[in-house]
Amino acid sequence: MFSIDTWKEILKTIQKNKLRTFLTGFTVALGIFIYVTLYGMGNGLNNTFMKFFGDDATNIFRIYPSQTTIPFGGYKAKRQIEFKNEDLDDIAKEFAPLLEYITPQIRRGAFVTYKEKSDNYTTRAIAPGMQFAEKTIMMKGRYINAKDIRDRTKYAVIGRMVEKDLFQGKESLGEYIDIGGSAFKVVGVFQDDGGDNEERYIYLPFTTRQLIEGNNDKIGQVTLAFNEAIGYSGAMKFQRNLNEFIRKKKVISPNDPRGIYIENVADNLKQNQQFASVLKIIISGIAFAVIISGILGISNIMVFVVKERTKEIGIRKAMGATPKIIISTILLESIFITAIFGFIGMVLGIMTLNSIQGKVLEDDYFITNPSINSGTAIFVTILLVICGALAAYVPAKRAARIKPIVALRDE
Amino acid sequence: MIEIKDLHKSYKMGSNSLHVLKGINFSVEEGELVAIMGSSGSGKSTLLNILGMLDELDEGSYTLDNVPIKDLNETKAAQYRNKFLGFIFQSFNLINYKSALENVALPLYYQRVGRKERQEKALKYLEQVGLKEWATHLPSELSGGQKQRVAIARAMAAEPKVLLADEPTGALDSTTSYEVMDLIQKINDAGNTILVVTHEEDIAQMCKRIVHLKDGVIVEDKKVKQVRASEYV
Repeated sequence: MFSIDTWKEILKTIQKNKLRTFLTGFTVALGIFIYVTLYGMGNGLNNTFMKFFGDDATNIFRIYPSQTTIPFGGYKAKRQIEFKNEDLDDIAKEFAPLLEYITPQIRRGAFVTYKEKSDNYTTRAIAPGMQFAEKTIMMKGRYINAKDIRDRTKYAVIGRMVEKDLFQGKESLGEYIDIGGSAFKVVGVFQDDGGDNEERYIYLPFTTRQLIEGNNDKIGQVTLAFNEAIGYSGAMKFQRNLNEFIRKKKVISPNDPRGIYIENVADNLKQNQQFASVLKIIISGIAFAVIISGILGISNIMVFVVKERTKEIGIRKAMGATPKIIISTILLESIFITAIFGFIGMVLGIMTLNSIQGKVLEDDYFITNPSINSGTAIFVTILLVICGALAAYVPAKRAARIKPIVALRDE
Repeated sequence: MIEIKDLHKSYKMGSNSLHVLKGINFSVEEGELVAIMGSSGSGKSTLLNILGMLDELDEGSYTLDNVPIKDLNETKAAQYRNKFLGFIFQSFNLINYKSALENVALPLYYQRVGRKERQEKALKYLEQVGLKEWATHLPSELSGGQKQRVAIARAMAAEPKVLLADEPTGALDSTTSYEVMDLIQKINDAGNTILVVTHEEDIAQMCKRIVHLKDGVIVEDKKVKQVRASEYV
């Protein structure tokens, strides 16, 4: 069955029937190609999702103050809620067993200058806990620490892009930069998986920011992290209690939709992950449908090919070909063509995925690093080859059973 | 060589049954050149198909070279066809994407003859039918007579016991027909047993014996004085 002669005969037949070979091969190659690219794109979309929502810690709440909309406790509506240092301490005290860390964040835009270079950046005045909340990675130097907060030091931790733009590759540690009129010493440089924009921030001690702004004790938003051991339902309960506590303390109506807002990252993440997995199911469904239609296409062509060869099969039988030889020749031919073209489609698909990676795709179509693991690609190719062979087997068996006299009469 | 006793064959046409061969008794010795004649519907092609194991008999017995031919499965039939029989068809039945040489070599391929020997043998038989120079040509590049000669070379290549020709000149003009018959006569002269189905009287006269079929029975079986086709060529 696997003699050189058999293969020579098969190769010859394939070579001499170019259109047939092309049609069969094209169907297989196209099916695999579409599957691989589609699946890869789906993965890319999923990657973007994970990147968007996966770069921050998930066990945190962000508390945003805003204007009230309902008069309450003697206060009029449209009162701007503001957090102060004592609020931070009170929350920490009240929820001490649940809390991992708590940090304020005062965001300010600032014009930043180093020697001749200058640009506008966003500064975030924070406490050390922020490093964990943002999953900030230190490239060199250190983050803002407790001593900085206590001593109100004029130290700054700058993002990778800030260093790149202002220092142009020169060493930034120990240098002084001008932030909105005050000189700060750079003590650290960080990077962040959240992308370039996350690396354009400058972190300062929040107490220093308060000192600069007239020695006040206002803090912007509060970020706090809870002990992950409390679990999802524990976190939901904590969120309710926290909400109640703050509303009571700041005299906000329990019914006011505004005043404060607590963002639960874990809850967000859960929803986003659900969305991502639904997306993945949809894409897998489409890819599956592509494969099914590929299999149907192959089956159709195989039926046609065998039908077209009925007379040839009759001649071969008259010349002494046994049914077994007829079937095995047709099968081997089918497997040979589908395997080769399947492989070509797979390689082309993977090459396409590799070549379309890049910024444009990432920024405009939210597809990051589209890829398919080679195991999946090979499995699907083999699946199509097997289905092609099965599809060829049925008509081949029938053709091999036709009496040669009937086959020879076929015009 | 061929021994047929009380052969019956009928075809089912919907609900009707068409009785084509109604008790044929017939034998052929080695080296004979027999014409099977009859009008269309007389059962001559059916007889040939049964002789060629392309079709199965309903009743009776068939012995070929002392081997009883009955209850053959497809595999066995294919092997017997390959070993015992060479076919020449009216419509040539060459494989159109194979060269003349490859077509001739095909039965040898199914005999598992090695590639080199296959080529040599095929070329030898192509030379015998005078088409050595056309070995690499496709059937589409050959004339009708040339195609039939390639088909004859193919039938000969397996060195069968019996050659079966079904209207070998049916698709050819008279000059070409005589050329093909000349070739068949020469092959017979060399000692090969040949059966020719035809409805043309002049072709039948070029054989050594004529068997007349009418409505499924043999009505006449006579030896004739062979007309040499070379006289007309």
